Amino acid sequence: MENYAIEMLNITKRFPGIIANDNITLQLKKGEIHALLGENGAGKSTLMSVLFGLYQPEEGIIKKDGKVVRINDPNDANRLGIGMVHQHFKLVECFSVLDNIILGVEPTSSMGVLQKAAAREKVLALSEKYGLSVDPDAIISDITVGMQQRTEILKMLYRDNEILIFDEPTAVLTPREIEELMLIMQGLAKEGKSILFISHKLNEIMMVSNRCTVLRKGKYIGTVNIRETTKEELSRMMVGRDVEFVVPKDPANPTDVVLNVENMTVSSKVHRNNAVNNVSFQVRKGEIVCIAGIDGNGQTELVYGLTGLEPLKSGKVEFLGKDITKTSIRKRSLMGMSHIPEDRHKHGLVLDYSLENNMVLQRYFEKDFTSPIGFLKKDNIRKYAERLIDQYDVRSGQGPITPARAMSGGNQQKAIVAREIDKDPKLLIAVQPTRGLDVGAIEFIHKQIVAHRDAGNAVLLVSLELEEVMSLSDRILVMYEGEIVGELDPKTTTVEEMGLYMAGAKRQ
Amino acid sequence: MKHNRSLIRNSGFQTFATSILCIILGLIVGYLALLIIHAEGAGEAIGDVMKNFFTRPDSASRMKYFGSTLAKTAPLIFCSLSVLFAYKVGLFNIGAAGQYCLGMGVALRLALESAINPEVKISWVVCLLCGVLAGGISGAICGLLKAFCNVNVVISGIMLNWISLYGTNMLLKPVMNPTGKDTFRLVSKAKQALLPTLGMDKLFNNQYVTIAIPCAVLVAVVIWILLEKTKLGYELKATGNNPNAAKYCGMKENRNIILTMVIAGGLAAMGGAMYYLSDFEQWNVNSSSVPAMGFNGIAAAFLGGLNPIGSIFSSYFITHITMGGGNVNLSHYCPQIADLISAVIIYLCGFVLFFKTMVNNSLRKSDERRIMRQRAAEEAANQEGGNS
Repeated sequence: MENYAIEMLNITKRFPGIIANDNITLQLKKGEIHALLGENGAGKSTLMSVLFGLYQPEEGIIKKDGKVVRINDPNDANRLGIGMVHQHFKLVECFSVLDNIILGVEPTSSMGVLQKAAAREKVLALSEKYGLSVDPDAIISDITVGMQQRTEILKMLYRDNEILIFDEPTAVLTPREIEELMLIMQGLAKEGKSILFISHKLNEIMMVSNRCTVLRKGKYIGTVNIRETTKEELSRMMVGRDVEFVVPKDPANPTDVVLNVENMTVSSKVHRNNAVNNVSFQVRKGEIVCIAGIDGNGQTELVYGLTGLEPLKSGKVEFLGKDITKTSIRKRSLMGMSHIPEDRHKHGLVLDYSLENNMVLQRYFEKDFTSPIGFLKKDNIRKYAERLIDQYDVRSGQGPITPARAMSGGNQQKAIVAREIDKDPKLLIAVQPTRGLDVGAIEFIHKQIVAHRDAGNAVLLVSLELEEVMSLSDRILVMYEGEIVGELDPKTTTVEEMGLYMAGAKRQ
Repeated sequence: MKHNRSLIRNSGFQTFATSILCIILGLIVGYLALLIIHAEGAGEAIGDVMKNFFTRPDSASRMKYFGSTLAKTAPLIFCSLSVLFAYKVGLFNIGAAGQYCLGMGVALRLALESAINPEVKISWVVCLLCGVLAGGISGAICGLLKAFCNVNVVISGIMLNWISLYGTNMLLKPVMNPTGKDTFRLVSKAKQALLPTLGMDKLFNNQYVTIAIPCAVLVAVVIWILLEKTKLGYELKATGNNPNAAKYCGMKENRNIILTMVIAGGLAAMGGAMYYLSDFEQWNVNSSSVPAMGFNGIAAAFLGGLNPIGSIFSSYFITHITMGGGNVNLSHYCPQIADLISAVIIYLCGFVLFFKTMVNNSLRKSDERRIMRQRAAEEAANQEGGNS
């Protein structure tokens, strides 16, 4: 008889039209790190919502330490010692770390006066024990994302939670922070905490977890011991077919210069230094140039400068031989520049618009979609959207009329990628094009990008994922503190060497 | 049955149904208020409010008062269109009141020029266009401030309301009727500036029934088409929903904001100009507050579910009960009772969303139950099949 901390047995949860969880069993052993793997929309979130009492399953039971329990709301889950670090943190920005940790369980005297001294002791002790090194008095808005995440972890520990759920915790972290998080998770497991690790990043799952449960399209596929499996097997279980991790591509055959950047400087909105400082580079037809670097080293502003979202402080941008330094965004787009933006909610989509209206966001004014006197041609828009939805496998509840807001993040991203690549741009600027996507979708988008290159176009890829950089690019430019500190060849360089450039330890 | 289901799921129908629900609740609460103030007359009073012109004894006078209600509805439709148009682009045009006032002021001043210089006779078309232009410029000021200095349109709108009010008072002082505080009547001093009636005055036996009414309806339809069917509407709504995305895809978001405010200002001003060019009311040049019409426009826009066509009906309804309030027996009640009832209705309109959510939740639950029953039935059928 195994000793399970929590068991979800034969859980079935239905929604109108779909079965989100179909007879799913998840057993979490005491002191193990158990990964929950599945594509976007495989039912991971629903299963967790059931565990937290947000949904009641139609069938199945939940057992805690072998006893059947009923979880009606998140408070019940809390009482059973289940805690969760959400993908988007639930922190009060202007409060200190300590205040956030005790929020909701504030220790008070009988008169209702806050007594933080004891709480501070406890937080410091926990921080020490698990190697979290968090400053309890720092204000949340001043600390890094990694530190904010540790605050969330401390919140669970402070409440003496035994079962810790991490919902895609590495999505927002830098490679270094990811490594630290992995160590922290292992430390927590060693101290007897049971950890459920939701992710679709196979490397991380292989690195830290003991076992892994795989879901696919709402169904339970199986649970495997990590030591007895491989990345390939896991991805096959998740996607239902073999996945190519490295997109096959021929050597690049760069020809004419498409984009020529000379001494570009973009001022920063946050600090007084320039976000992009005197950067020069070129992108040619038929090559994928990748800007690598740790988040916040000027990549965002570089792209803003190239696409016209921010004016340059100085320098020059030439596109297809013409100076476009002062050209409007629309003109650049018409000249053949496409931009998959970093933040899909901020720039990429009008969330209150339907999917079809979002699909034509870059070309609604073309004569295919607007009559000469300014009326929209709704039929053509519908047909166009249906074609893209079909071709790029964009899944949504109601097809073209689904509000963009109601779609999952991965499918929103696919819609943007479809829109931007279908414009058949001479230059595709793709910023984190596979953010939040599962391996199947990543493979698809990578293939599209390579095909776009092979068709004789230029691609500028900005990515934080080292793997993506290594597998996709023909040339790597590393950015550090607003400058390009090195140009590397992915065939000869290593991740370690690139890491040194990214951290500013080395420059050419 | 199937048809009913799809109807109740239709978002437009839900908005309509909830607006009606709000009206009913508003009337009930209004009735309760009447009961509290004076129990005996309450039933009769609420009846009078609802009936409005139907309380008149003969059909001729009924028609006449119906005409008056329509004449007062027209400016409200314009104001609500002004508010809802700006709202669709993410701007709250509280300046509609001032724009309305300014449009009226400019139109009336030009019209009444003939009262000072009898040889100068300016036609209603010119008066109307200049009034609309003035409102548009007033809107443009808000738009420019928003686009280039990021000044909230609510702040600049409220400020401009006062400027417009006193500007209008100054503008109209020279054409004040010396026997009172009001401006001259157009009928006596500037017949050429009266809006044409197209014979509707005979039909309704009411000289104030002018082309303002069909114009308002027509403009509502045009605004609906503009918002729903055109490229401009697509751009404007995108700018309102997500200015960053609008910028990203190369829309001129500053131009869109300014254009929106110009159109919104023009709409409100058109309402003011047309109403006063109908000669229904005269302007009191000592007014110390902007006409309530602009603010009522906000209420009408929301009660109409932020739909241009809806705002035609909501504007009529609000005018109807406000006018009906005049019929209430004033020995027990004050005339503001109608305002109270319409205020309650508008207040309840905030619940439109709440009601919608409630309906959708219960629909979802019934769906879940239905699917479960189906599945159970299928399973049972399968088992029987397996046994036989």
